[in-house]
Amino acid sequence: MLDILQYTFMQNAIVAGLLASIACGIIGVYVVVRKIVFISGGIAHASFGGIGLGYYLGINPLFSVLPFSLLSALVIGLVNRRTNIAEDTAIGILWSVGMALGVLFIGLTPGYAPDLMTYLFGNILTVPVNDIYLMLVIDILIIASVYLLYKEFMAISFDEEFAQVSGLPVEKLSLYMLCLIALTIIVMIRVVGLILVIALLTIPASLSREFTDKLDRMMMLAVIFGTVFTFIGLFLSYYLSVPSGATIILTMAAGYMLHFPFKGKNKKTA
Amino acid sequence: MKDLNNHQHAVEIKNMWSYYHDVPALKEINLDVQEGTFLGIIGPNGGGKSTLLKVILGLIEPDRGDVRIFGKKPKEGRNIVGYVPQHSASRLDFPINVWDVVMMGRIGKTTLFRKYSPDDRKVVKEALEKVKMYEYRDRHIAELSGGQRQRVFIARALVTEPKLLLLDEPMAGIDTTMQKEFYEILEELKSRVTIIMVSHDISAISVYVDKVACLNQKLYYHGTKEIKPEDLEEAYKCPVEMIAHGVPHRVLKAH
Repeated sequence: MLDILQYTFMQNAIVAGLLASIACGIIGVYVVVRKIVFISGGIAHASFGGIGLGYYLGINPLFSVLPFSLLSALVIGLVNRRTNIAEDTAIGILWSVGMALGVLFIGLTPGYAPDLMTYLFGNILTVPVNDIYLMLVIDILIIASVYLLYKEFMAISFDEEFAQVSGLPVEKLSLYMLCLIALTIIVMIRVVGLILVIALLTIPASLSREFTDKLDRMMMLAVIFGTVFTFIGLFLSYYLSVPSGATIILTMAAGYMLHFPFKGKNKKTA
Repeated sequence: MKDLNNHQHAVEIKNMWSYYHDVPALKEINLDVQEGTFLGIIGPNGGGKSTLLKVILGLIEPDRGDVRIFGKKPKEGRNIVGYVPQHSASRLDFPINVWDVVMMGRIGKTTLFRKYSPDDRKVVKEALEKVKMYEYRDRHIAELSGGQRQRVFIARALVTEPKLLLLDEPMAGIDTTMQKEFYEILEELKSRVTIIMVSHDISAISVYVDKVACLNQKLYYHGTKEIKPEDLEEAYKCPVEMIAHGVPHRVLKAH
């Protein structure tokens, strides 16, 4: 089994899986405890506009999706905070407008769009080295941000009103957190694709919540869970010759469901 | 000791109006709270009690009128105001223990990017000891009773070292024994901190308060501990006895 590790594509896949698990383990914890899964889904799907733009301009879609998803995050964040539009309505609109733009751009691009399925559903076995460098830079940025802003992020997540009263720049911090979510989505596009990112953001973090009451430990556990599931999914997909993104997600979902019978105590009381 | 003849205005509100969309939530509010007062504000649900506290905290900008906290605008006076928000069950699934909740109170005293200092930890330890919750410091907040949790939130407000303490419905979901303990903590704080407490439950505003006001969009306040029955009826728009559960004298007449 170990001999497959000598292939470069497999080594890249393992590094990509690890980098994706680190980003989504850390940021996924905020997504889960702040209950902003739907916002994250909105940002992810709206980012499809950026993929389409990349095809249209003839550049690496990962570079056009970067500004696009950051912009989507800021728009969703500002609309939620500054207008009276219901949050889920705003997200729903942005979600489909972004995707519509993507479809339009791809339609305008001559010829057909190669690798389109890769961006939608991921393929960890074909991650180029350049994309791995981008993922590494984003991971470093995420770790540094969460290390430096740990107490501020905890305050706005637990009690936004109190954070406001304490004089924290709550709106700026919230928007910055949404931008980190957008960046996390970029990291995961190559691994599981835009459509499937939500599973990677939610399952490891939500599973880790069952084992600890502390935010930092949740993050560490979520990274470990994410890595284990991603690697199992990766090897399963390689040996069974099935799509890797979907296999990783299904492995995670299976792991998540398996924990229920073994759950010692139910913390969701009180 | 502070000079008793030189009382400051802890809160001063002049002709303040606040609208929710186009509907007035607060009308023509005038309030003058002297430093060192324990003011209880009662009124029905939806009467604008939380809105009033949020205006004082600077979370809501009033549409008209002037609000001052120790002579400053609410947003500038934030570092001297402690806030205990309305008890909310929705936060209980958040992964946080007692210690970290109280530690959060120090966030306004530290700078961005900075970790908490040993001084911060000392203040948190003292506050937890004061509310008798230090031994529960490692517990998750969902593992506490309502009264214990409320004391944790008091401790969080105390570590901000406030001169003015605002409490929103602190007695909700707390049994009578716990309420008494809670009031004893407030009683002890009274010498150093001005306290404003709001509640929809008349019986929750006990003998411990110095002054009582009645709020239902308009504020009925005469700077006394007694409320005129007609003010109460005007505020609640229904016979008082129904709300007071037969013990209106606790508020209506001083002991």
